[in-house]
Amino acid sequence: MEWFNDFWSTYSTLVFSVGVHALLALSIWLTLSCGLLSLANAAFMGVGAYVSALLTLHLEWSFGSVLLAGGIAPTLVALIIGAPVLRLSGVYLAMATLAFGEVVRITVLNLEITGGPEGLNGIPLATEGWHIALILAVTVYGLARLRRSKVGRAFEAIKEDEVAARLMGINVDRYKLLAFSLGAFIAGVAGALNAHFTFFISPREYGFENAVDILTMAVLGGTSSLIGPMLGSSILTLLPELLRSLQDFRSLVNGAVLVLVVLFLPKGLWESRRIRAFFKRLKGGQA
Amino acid sequence: MNAPQQPNLLSIRNVGKHFGGLHVLQDVSFEVPAGSIYGLIGPNGAGKTTVFNLITGLLTPSAGQIDFQGQTLIGLEPHRITHQGIARTFQNIRIFKEMDLLENVMVGMHDHLNYGGFGIFLNSPACRAAEKKARERALELLSWVGLDHKADMLADNLSYGDQRKLEFARALATEPKLLLLDEPVAGMNPSEKTILMEEINNIRNRGYGVFMIEHDMRFVMGLCDRIAVLNFGRIIAEGTPDEVRNNPDVIEAYLGKEDE
Ligand SMILES: Nc1ncnc2c1ncn2[C@@H]1O[C@H](COP(=O)(O)OP(=O)(O)OP(=O)(O)O)[C@@H](O)[C@H]1O
Ligand SMILES: [Mg+2]
Repeated sequence: MEWFNDFWSTYSTLVFSVGVHALLALSIWLTLSCGLLSLANAAFMGVGAYVSALLTLHLEWSFGSVLLAGGIAPTLVALIIGAPVLRLSGVYLAMATLAFGEVVRITVLNLEITGGPEGLNGIPLATEGWHIALILAVTVYGLARLRRSKVGRAFEAIKEDEVAARLMGINVDRYKLLAFSLGAFIAGVAGALNAHFTFFISPREYGFENAVDILTMAVLGGTSSLIGPMLGSSILTLLPELLRSLQDFRSLVNGAVLVLVVLFLPKGLWESRRIRAFFKRLKGGQA
Repeated sequence: MNAPQQPNLLSIRNVGKHFGGLHVLQDVSFEVPAGSIYGLIGPNGAGKTTVFNLITGLLTPSAGQIDFQGQTLIGLEPHRITHQGIARTFQNIRIFKEMDLLENVMVGMHDHLNYGGFGIFLNSPACRAAEKKARERALELLSWVGLDHKADMLADNLSYGDQRKLEFARALATEPKLLLLDEPVAGMNPSEKTILMEEINNIRNRGYGVFMIEHDMRFVMGLCDRIAVLNFGRIIAEGTPDEVRNNPDVIEAYLGKEDE
């Protein structure tokens, strides 16, 4: 066990990050599965992180209730901004949600209670590995169930053809709001988990770049199944570490990997249909 | 041809629609009786699809009334109108190409699956039973249009004619009382047309009301109980196929076009 302890003390933060990023990638997968290009998830994560950290620091709530509050707070925000914002689609929705993210960031930057640009310091370390593992497992299970239900089919139908979906009796506006606010909930919980193992949070972590990073994770991995976003987030979290020896070339290689994937695998690394076909061919080859 | 007098399913009264200065429909009125096949014909650009768009709530009329089973449809959102019992197919097919056939049809059952979020998450027996029943019903509907053996196929891989049939089955999945078909046999070959004609007849015999737009005169005349003729946004004739066929205005509208 010696080696494990060594490994864990060096890499636990990295492993935690993989889990949190997987949750974030899944949160954007959910909105994408409903055809919504929303870039609000970094801001939702921030709302979850700040609300939960403040509740821990000032009111000393238990970790469980803090996590729940961290999920509910951005969900409420999503429900409020959803009605006007979700009228937009495509790039316009992306721009509006990015603008919303900026509003959140600047608000946090200028409020007293959030500690302004310095952020919040000394957040107790409450997140443990099993918390993340359990929440990730429940999320993946829940999303997998959702996909195979009428809700998942409604999302897919809306993504493919909104007009046809409406005429199949689907209340499109309501389902879009559902995808948007469920995504906010997952991102908020991820933010709360994150705040309670990094000791410190600041507005810088929830801005434009992070919004794009979250999208990149999902798109790199592929959005045709739940595996894609988890794969993409793992790669994008671990790759910079693996490339540590390359020092300055790190971001260059990182970028090159992305470009190659987008060029050669436009549907992402994990495309269920392609992989099923591959295994079928493999089996066929053996027979 | 003396069908017993049926109550009207759909009633369209003095409906007008304009887009800016373009008057697409003017003072359009007709009644679609229950349990029959009703046809709407007319030259290209006459405003036929616009009538369907008004009925299904994709457009709002500029004037007039649209009632379904005695209740107005005006102001209802499209999904509410579907809920009332109206389903449609599209002139330019709109199936869900990235789903398989079974899923396509099951989307149409959305309204009739009433399990909730907890049922989904916990995979409750009620939820499982509802999904199983829906799958069986979807297969049945696919078999009505002869596509059950392709249930697992991706809809995108279907031939043009099969895509139309799938759209037909998907519309039936909403359990409509009235089915609106926008040029259901466009692009089909004669033998496919004959088969679909029988299919539509069967659908009517199963108790659905059918209201269809069609260009193919032989098809419409052979199938419909009553027909309305639209020309430049106005109804120029309405009646049984025989009445319409012999109406001088209709002859002029159609033959006049051929003379040009
Ligand atoms: N949303 C819209 N905005 C502006 N004009 C429209 C709109 N929808 C239809 N039109 C116009 O209304 C007229 C009637 O169109 P419609 O599609 O109802 O005709 P149609 O009888 O179905 O023709 P076709 O036989 O070619 O399908 C056309 O001139 C069309 O350009
Ligand atoms: Mg038309």
